[in-house]
Amino acid sequence: MKKLSAASKAYLVLIFVILYAPIFYLIFYSFNSGGNMNNFESFTLEHYKAVFADSRLIVILINTVIVALLSGLIATVIGTLGAIGIVSIKDKKMRNTLLSLNNVLIVSPDVVIGASFLILFTMVGVKLGFASVLVSHVAFSVPIVVLMVLPKLLEMNTSLLDAARDLGATKRDVLTRVILPYIAPGIFAGFFMALTYSLDDFAVTFFVTGNGFSTLSVEIYSMARAGISLTVNAISGLVFAVTLIIVIGYYFISKRTKSNAAEGQR
Amino acid sequence: MNKKTAKGPLIPYLFWILLFVIAPIALIVYYSVLDLNGDFTLANYVKFFTPVYLKMTLSSFWYAFLITVFTLLFAYPTAYLLTKTKNKQLWLMLIIIPSWINLLLKTYAFIGIFGLSGPINAMIKVFGFDPKQILFTDFSFVFVSVYIFIPFMIIPIFNSLDKMNPSLVFAARDLGASSWTTFRRVIFPLTIDGVKSGIQVTFIPALSLFMITRLIAGNQVITLGTAIEQQFLVSQNWGMGSTIAVFLILFMILTMLVTKQKSKGGRA
Repeated sequence: MKKLSAASKAYLVLIFVILYAPIFYLIFYSFNSGGNMNNFESFTLEHYKAVFADSRLIVILINTVIVALLSGLIATVIGTLGAIGIVSIKDKKMRNTLLSLNNVLIVSPDVVIGASFLILFTMVGVKLGFASVLVSHVAFSVPIVVLMVLPKLLEMNTSLLDAARDLGATKRDVLTRVILPYIAPGIFAGFFMALTYSLDDFAVTFFVTGNGFSTLSVEIYSMARAGISLTVNAISGLVFAVTLIIVIGYYFISKRTKSNAAEGQR
Repeated sequence: MNKKTAKGPLIPYLFWILLFVIAPIALIVYYSVLDLNGDFTLANYVKFFTPVYLKMTLSSFWYAFLITVFTLLFAYPTAYLLTKTKNKQLWLMLIIIPSWINLLLKTYAFIGIFGLSGPINAMIKVFGFDPKQILFTDFSFVFVSVYIFIPFMIIPIFNSLDKMNPSLVFAARDLGASSWTTFRRVIFPLTIDGVKSGIQVTFIPALSLFMITRLIAGNQVITLGTAIEQQFLVSQNWGMGSTIAVFLILFMILTMLVTKQKSKGGRA
């Protein structure tokens, strides 16, 4: 393979620098004892202490994580069942219709999703707050799970199912002992994606959150609108650390399942 | 898969589609023909075609177009060069990591970076110029949006470049095509599907951005998204908000049709 020219390397480096600069800029100033993001006075951990001393902020962090985990879990169950159901449909037209409907929420602008869910919850009479945020996160995560699980189901060899049935497996056995283990990597990826979508979502949550309930995104938005606060920088430092841990963990797990799969094929 | 598979697993999923895909769209359409008192009216649609809203729609399109073009311009070479690196999956991962940092945090960073006494202005001062107001301009809005969208544009282009058969490029070169011709006639057409997906994930969200406009562009830039948020949460005029949302959905469908990919048999 041809080596990259110096100019190409410089370009790539520039892109990486631009991508990471804002993040490191935030983290760098999170250790600043001065009150702004312009001149660095001296090293301090006071902003991190402020995050952990602020019980309201801690509650918001816990809320965010609970919503992400719960909505990810529920969406994974509904989405996996949906994907299994979709592949079992014989009628091609029906199947395509379902798949198109599945993609509506993925391509829809967040603002439209948020606004329409706000109307929906108000009409049904759901109180805005934890419940409405959780339900909408489940709602926009389901199609992602379906899209992650579907390819695994499609690549599955149907003779596996026939063999299981011939050997006397019940429907339940086929599902829990053949299908689910086979599509597990897809389910795992779906859950993980749902989790990240939920943690990152701002626009939809902003519409359906009430007065008493807030997630990290919504809170950062109101803090940022009020001006610069180094507490936000400290939060970003923490978020970056957690993200890195998750990414590294995910990288190794996916590497392991990949090599397992490669061995299984041999 | 099998004819005997029960339809049981589909029930919660169908329930979800009915409640969260079909009902919300129906409700948006329903509310778009209601006035503030809840009576039927077409006034919202008439209002959308007044110069105020048309101008806003046009400027929203213009910004979304600019953002998409710049994102593509920077993302394509990046994706291309990434496929040429050793350990390309690792480098791709490093491109993706910033997209996992909360959007709000990244946007907030630019409030400091572009600020009057921020690092960019400090650099401008070093070169002997007066500090400039960068924040709250359309430049800052486009820059931050491009920054946010770049990873989402790189991923599909990277994937389609990665899938491309390299012998086609070698063949073109052997037949005497210059680098530019090879790119224009071979590489780009073969990766057009990736570009199209990249445009989809950039253009539609760019039409509806609202928090970047609020935080970075002051109230200089109003997109369709800003207008919807304004109508729903500030003016409490759900009817007008829904009407704008209906048009946003129509524009979205149009974008999808324009960037539709030729299905090559693969997935049903």
